[in-house]
Parts: sequence; C-alpha cells; structure tokens
Amino acid sequence: MPLVYLDSAATSQKPVAVIEAMDRYYRNSNANIHRGIHTLAEEATADYEAARERIARFIGAKSHRQVIFTRNATESVNLVAQTWGRQNLSSGDVVILTEMEHHANLVPWQMLAAEKNLRLEFIPVTPDGFLDLSAYPALLALEPKLVAFSHMSNVLGTINPAQEIIRLAKTAGAVTLVDAAQSVPHFSVNVQELGADFMVFSGHKMCGPTGIGVLYGRQDLLEKMPPFMGGGDMIKRVYLRTFTLNELPHKFEAGTPAIAEAVGLGAAVAYLESIGMEAIHAHEKALVNYALERLEEIPGVKVIGPTAEHKGGVIAFTLDNIHPHDISQILDEDGVAIRAGHHCAMPLHDKLNLVSTARASFYLYTTEAEIDILAKAIYKTKKIFGM
Amino acid sequence: MDDLYREIIIDRYKNPQYRGSLNPNDISFEDDNPLCGDHIRIDLRLNDSGKVSEAAFDGHGCAISQATADLLLESIQGKTLDEIKTLTREDLLELLGIELGPVRLKCALLSLKVLKAGVYGLGETSDELVE
Repeated sequence: MPLVYLDSAATSQKPVAVIEAMDRYYRNSNANIHRGIHTLAEEATADYEAARERIARFIGAKSHRQVIFTRNATESVNLVAQTWGRQNLSSGDVVILTEMEHHANLVPWQMLAAEKNLRLEFIPVTPDGFLDLSAYPALLALEPKLVAFSHMSNVLGTINPAQEIIRLAKTAGAVTLVDAAQSVPHFSVNVQELGADFMVFSGHKMCGPTGIGVLYGRQDLLEKMPPFMGGGDMIKRVYLRTFTLNELPHKFEAGTPAIAEAVGLGAAVAYLESIGMEAIHAHEKALVNYALERLEEIPGVKVIGPTAEHKGGVIAFTLDNIHPHDISQILDEDGVAIRAGHHCAMPLHDKLNLVSTARASFYLYTTEAEIDILAKAIYKTKKIFGM
Repeated sequence: MDDLYREIIIDRYKNPQYRGSLNPNDISFEDDNPLCGDHIRIDLRLNDSGKVSEAAFDGHGCAISQATADLLLESIQGKTLDEIKTLTREDLLELLGIELGPVRLKCALLSLKVLKAGVYGLGETSDELVE
C-alpha cells in the first residue's frame, strides 16, 4: 500500500539530499564549533556558518548576523517575547495579534501579558476565513507596540497581505513580527520586501530536520535586545560575577547548537532553491485547485477557509458530522496521512464554531493521484458511517 | 600546515619589525580575542599631511595574530586614515599569502579590527569592521 502523506503543514518529509548532508557531516566533519583549531572544528564551523549564510540569502536578509538559529518557530517567538518584549513592553501596552494565530504566536504573548499586564487585541477572522482588515485601523489607533501575525494560516490556508499589514503597523509606530512557519517553505518570502522587523520559521516544515528554526531580526533591534539564554558562545568575556556579550548572531546562541541540523537545513534550502520557489508555489496552487474540485464534489464535505486563489496548500474540512479523528483513522487504513484536531489553533476553531477539523496539506512532492486516493478514502469513510 | 607556518610568518613572529610602543601617539587602541586570549595594542603617529609616519604594536598571542599585526603595520606606512578605513579582510589575507579557516581567521583579523576601531575612534572592536 503506498503512503499518501498529506500532513506536510505539520512537518514535511525529508529529501535524500538533506539526510545525506547530515550523514556526511556526522561521518566526516563532526566536531564542536567556534573554538577548536583542529581541522574538524574548522570544517564544522565553516559548515554551520555556511548554512546560516545560505538561509540569510534565501530570505533576502541584508546580513547573516540577522539570522539566529533556534529550535523552531516557537522558540523564536519566545525569544522575542522574553527579550525584546520584556525590555520594551510595560503595563497597559497594546499587542495586536490575530484570531487565526497558531498557539506558537499566541501563548508566548499571553505569558508576557500576564507578567507585564499587557493588553492583547486581535484582528478578527471573517466567516469565510480572511482577516477582517476593516477592523485594523481602529486597533492601530490604540497605538500598539507590537503587531504579530501569521503570514499563512496553518488551518485556513489563507495567505495574509503581510506587506500591507506591516506597512500600516509601521505608520502606527509598532514593531512587527511575522510567523512565516507556513509561508517560507512554500513560496518566495523576502524580509526586506515585507519590511518585517522580526520573522520566524521552522526548518522541519521546509524539508529540513527537526530541532532547528530561525529568528530573523532587524539588526538594530537585535543589537539592543538583552540575551535570551546564558552560557557558552553567547559571551565575549566571563568573570566570576559578570560577563560581556558576544556579537550577533552568537549573542542569542548559548551552548552547543544543533550543528548537524543547521547543516541539514542549509541542504534543504539548497534543495528548494534547485527546484525554485516559484515552481513549488505553482505546483501547490494547481494541487489546491484540483483538490478543492475533488473534495467539494463529495456530498457532506465542507471546506473551511477561503477560495483557491487566496489559499496555500492547506485544506481543512469537515465531513457530515463524522468526527475528524474517525476520518483520520479510516483514511490511515488506506495509507492516507492527514491531521485531525484543532491544529494548534483552538481560538480559531472556537471563532468558527468548530470543535475540530480534518486537514490535508500539500508540498512539492504531493501529486494529483494522491488527491484522488484521498477522495476515494473519504467516500469509503462515508460508507462506513452509512452516510 | 606548512603553508600556514610559511617562512614569513615564523620570521615575523620571531623577529617583528614593528613591535614596541609610541608615546606620545596620535591614535592608540587595544583589544583582545576572547576566544583564545590573543591581545594586540596598536599605536600610530601621523605626520602633518595626516599620513601614518610611525606605527607600533604590542601584545601576545599565536604566531598568526602577531605576525599579521607586524605585516599589517608595515603595509600602512604612509597611508592616510581614509585609506586604512578601506582595508578589507582580503587585503590582509593577501599580505599573509595563506588560506585560513574560520577559527584561525579570527586570529589574523584581530590586528585589523584593532587598527580600524582605533582609526574610526570606536569604543570597541566588532566583526563588522572586517567584513
């Protein structure tokens, strides 16, 4: 039975090029970085920093110093909340988020809000799955210190007008953070064109390994921020009672980092570049069109979120009143892997009066034949439930 | 390895031409590489037309860092401060005539960082001065 993997929004599969790059690193170059003088240490340092430089070019960063390696997008948001947020936000300050945020770009701000008595406000979501930007000017009039939002919803697939949201946030004097976990893997994202002050994403959703993510930041902001975690590599000098900080990006990378994972992410970016982000985006657009056609012709299927032209490769749906866990279980019997639940976006499901949804998500390796298998398995599910 | 310790580097390390200090001086700056503890201080004197008339360094560290400092000071004799500001890591590597990995590169770049931080009148060195 062939595997039909339709859960790439949760994590992508890994190309051979990535697995081999990590294997090669461990077999041939394994050493700790930034310290040793021996050949392996030099190789490991060069590999790690080359990955950073490749990623910086990939997202259009001015400098590799603006690319901080973290564990994932979640850690990147927490880093900003605990350093920039703690330093710059105080009681009564307004932070604007949206109702379609993944918990990763929600809970860190809730934690900080509880500590600092911040006021969280939300750009609402319309019933058809868009941000209601008509409500945005009134929110900006509250003079927010921060606007943090998802570039692309991991449930609705909605691609938000990030450039415009950032432009307006700046006119209101707010700092901006873009959760690009679902956008950077799937289409070309340039931080300078967006004008983002911070952008976060995870390696494992873009053909890279788990355990490595990125925080991009505006250099002047990163330089003023206090450190996140303390330890080796983030220091310049250490005395018994004090220390001085290392330069960017090392200032935010305490301890031995995920070296092999950084190498793997660098290889993933090279792989994506070799195919081309335009080609990947076009492929997924065509798949979404095809999948919506196939799914919407099934009686009882209700797709959540906007129409195809505003949507990335994510389709959340409900099927009659069959619970998504049951749908997923039955699909799994035919080798079809989808996700069921609230997809780390409980407030969005509350807003749309849904307990949970089934979600099929695509990537560059997904085919129309796989969507046919999905459709067939959905029919089978209906049959089992006598629908 | 032979390349890394080619004759000129060992020679300059053992017999530096510009080791010492200048007092009084027009520019003096010092810093170290906290990774390995290498330390460099550079003193400059300028003539009436603003060109380097005398230069000296002092410090301690590995052969690469100390020999590079010596070669660097030789190369800036008669240069204006604006000319020094334009020096790059490539210029420095050309002086050395060797390839260096990322860790040893920091040893070689220390003297250029100290020189440029001094010429720019900065409070501290930074990697950006040599990129």
